[in-house]
Amino acid sequence: MKPMLIRGGRVVDPSQDHDGVADLLIVDGKIEAQGKKLSAPDGAETIDAKGKVVAPGLVDIHVHLREPGREDAETVASGAMAAAAGGFTSVCAMPNTDPVTDNQAAVGFIVKQGAAAGGARVYPIGATSLGQAGKQLSEFGEMVAAGAVAVSDDGHPIVSSQLMRTALEYARSFGIPVAEHCEDPYLFQGGAMHEGTVSTQLGLKGIPAAAEEIMVARNILLAGLTGGHVHLCHMSTRESVNLIRRGKERGVNVTAEAAPHHFVLTHEACRGYDTNAKMNPPLREPEDVEAVRAGLADGTLDAIATDHAPHHYELKEREFDDAPFGVIGLETALGLGLTQLVDTGVLTLAQLIRCMSSEPARIFHLPAGTLRKGSSADVVVFDPDARWVVDPARFLSKSRNTPFTGWELRGRVERTIVGGVTVFSGAKG
Amino acid sequence: MSPSERRTLLDASEVARVLERMSREIVAFAGGTEDLVLVGIQRRGSDVAERLARLIEKHEGATVPLGVMDITLYRDDLQTIGPRPVIGETRLPVELDHKWVMIVDDVLYTGRTIRAALDQLADFGRPARIGLAVIVDRGGRELPIQADIVGHRIEVQHGDRVDVLVEELDGRDAVELVDGGKT
Amino acid sequence: MTAPSLGKDLLGLEPLTAEQIRLILDTAEPFKEVSERAIKKVPALRGKTIVNLFFEASTRTRISFEFAEKRLSADTVNVAASGSSVQKGENLVDTARNLEAMRIDMVVMRHPSSGAAKFLAERIPSNVINGGDGTHEHPTQALLDMLTVRDRLNRIEGLKVCICGDILHSRVARSNIWGLLKLGAEVSVCGPQSLMPRGIEQLGVTVFRRIEEAIEWADVLNVLRLQLERMQAGYIPSVREYYRVFGVTLERLEKAPRDLLILHPGPMNRGVEIDSRVADGPHSVILHQVTNGVAVRMAVLYLLAGGQPGLAEAAKGSGREADE
Repeated sequence: MKPMLIRGGRVVDPSQDHDGVADLLIVDGKIEAQGKKLSAPDGAETIDAKGKVVAPGLVDIHVHLREPGREDAETVASGAMAAAAGGFTSVCAMPNTDPVTDNQAAVGFIVKQGAAAGGARVYPIGATSLGQAGKQLSEFGEMVAAGAVAVSDDGHPIVSSQLMRTALEYARSFGIPVAEHCEDPYLFQGGAMHEGTVSTQLGLKGIPAAAEEIMVARNILLAGLTGGHVHLCHMSTRESVNLIRRGKERGVNVTAEAAPHHFVLTHEACRGYDTNAKMNPPLREPEDVEAVRAGLADGTLDAIATDHAPHHYELKEREFDDAPFGVIGLETALGLGLTQLVDTGVLTLAQLIRCMSSEPARIFHLPAGTLRKGSSADVVVFDPDARWVVDPARFLSKSRNTPFTGWELRGRVERTIVGGVTVFSGAKG
Repeated sequence: MSPSERRTLLDASEVARVLERMSREIVAFAGGTEDLVLVGIQRRGSDVAERLARLIEKHEGATVPLGVMDITLYRDDLQTIGPRPVIGETRLPVELDHKWVMIVDDVLYTGRTIRAALDQLADFGRPARIGLAVIVDRGGRELPIQADIVGHRIEVQHGDRVDVLVEELDGRDAVELVDGGKT
Repeated sequence: MTAPSLGKDLLGLEPLTAEQIRLILDTAEPFKEVSERAIKKVPALRGKTIVNLFFEASTRTRISFEFAEKRLSADTVNVAASGSSVQKGENLVDTARNLEAMRIDMVVMRHPSSGAAKFLAERIPSNVINGGDGTHEHPTQALLDMLTVRDRLNRIEGLKVCICGDILHSRVARSNIWGLLKLGAEVSVCGPQSLMPRGIEQLGVTVFRRIEEAIEWADVLNVLRLQLERMQAGYIPSVREYYRVFGVTLERLEKAPRDLLILHPGPMNRGVEIDSRVADGPHSVILHQVTNGVAVRMAVLYLLAGGQPGLAEAAKGSGREADE
């Protein structure tokens, strides 16, 4: 492995509160040094990063890679490459595969596929309950031993409060979070979009904000009861943000994430029955978008996670009611963050990178999200000034279901480095 | 369209004379008023038919049944001209079987309106005979259709237009030639 | 004056202007007379092929469309597919492509999913008429309702119209709200709060909680059918109580300060949302609605089938139409 010297970039590393022009030296796949005018060792590859941002590789703790089961929509390999193209060096794969990733062998399969992918690192998340059926806990210990970093029944809420309580208690033994999809299935039933004036006009069955908030409240209360770590996925409503803020104030071990579509789009995007605006939780109201942004700014919401949910095109090419929920997000997340959060003054560049690297790594205890000496050399180099137009045909993901087609975004990934190896190199511009 | 040049073909008194003559010819054609029905084609044809009915009543002392027909739904050019926003009334006051029906229109040109009118009449009954009376025959036929009674005959170029003005709609009676200007 | 046109499809009343809605209503007038003729048929749509694509059971709307099509001399094919397209195993895109391949001219579609008509219209060049999509719109029903009101009261503007019943699941309510508001009526809705969609006031309508208040306020009541499934789904406790609290009864109408016009899109649940004595009484225009349904649908078919508006304008540019 050749040493690598990244010269003259703006090194932004929130894990060390560093933000300034510096060189970064990588030797043997690890961060060797950071400083001014470092000299290149013999045989080193030198990268000119003048005018570019050099940051810890981005971390996405919530993606769906569809393997096994829907390899036509995404595979671990294609998802890992799409992640690398989006500047991510670590992603956590949700277990709602077919069959469900709810045992040691299935977790091991994801680890093996991830290692062979040659893109971002892939960490499996095991199912909280067997078959995600919400009845019986999976073998957390065995799955952790095989490489799982968290458990989740994402896609399905755990309806039984008793099971959720047990999961939080049991997860403490292994030091892993229980990542929960907050949804009251009775209030949700048959819903296709956010319940509000737009659903009324379109005649689509609404999903009230309370369907999410009731479960957010319950999960925070159960985390308080058990001392377990609950991680709340894709928070979308203002009251959810309030509940989390109060929970954190009380010292409950709760963390939470927000997805880019929830800090960018509102339910208005569903007009015209665009199935690429159909997601769960649904796109909400402008006040909710503001609350999610504010939650990211004040740390109530710890991390940005894409909820990358690939679907084969023909599944989205149908009536709104019948189309599946979800959008892809790995290759647009950084651009949306820069354009919609940094350019609007919601976050500083360092805060955005914190939400997309060191914070998610901290929540899931991943060895990532830092450029500290001796840590694994997972690095992203991006041109913060390059503007580009979202063209799904150019995505490395196998799927195209994005609501952002045609959007102009700022910030283009030029190089993604995992363990000292360049896994993605974008067009020079 | 640029302002078109208008030229009077018949003034009000000439129109009156023409209608007078036509009313007598219609009665002669039908061999009296007993089985005669006048059917005006919307819109100006219906006003002309009403005038003719009044004149016949004056001369003959008999009231002639008067119908109106909008032929829009029987046109053959819906595809090209698009739907007409307003379809006029169709009202036939008596059964047409065994009647002498006189179709009345203002101008006879390609013959397509009359073709449509004949189709429509056939859906309403089986007259003994159908005739056609027009104020102006301007030539330019596209179908083998001729009028039985014509008020005024003139050859007019394609693109030019003959307007029959009636007091009821236009405030005065006249027949005018409008230069299409070939714009 | 440039004549308004409808464009390619009729998907709902929300996208239409007041002028376009009036055009349809005005065009329906002469079609009423066609249905009174001995030979109830005109050749306007001769040679046109129309598919009535019904993914939901509907006797009355389908028959009404079919009469309208046949009276305009169109060739029609009825395709009935029960359940959603997905259950059927073929998705709507494939259905659309198959229709397109058969070179049809128009499709009338009823479908259980909101937005399905728009979905189809965006994917085939044929004219698409929405015969009811999910709980979104049912434009021809609202048009015939408005035509009936206009027949009886000679206007729409300034009238107070209350739509009563299950507003949440009603495409008829939504289409009526859009259409009536555009034509200048005052619109209110009345029904159990559990069957009232969120934010309905923001469409510009007043909400009455009690049917007595609605009756006191209104000139016209449009009484919606209560789907009996709603009780099973738990939206209301019982049909009996619904009638007691929200039923349009003779006793309630007798207290009204003025005579009300009573509409119902059918089929009626007598003794549920409406008292038989009201349905069969002098204020009911329910059968008049059915008659007008054919005329309105003929008008819509005629206006949509009439070639491209651009061509129409070009033809007008050369002066009066040939041979007039």
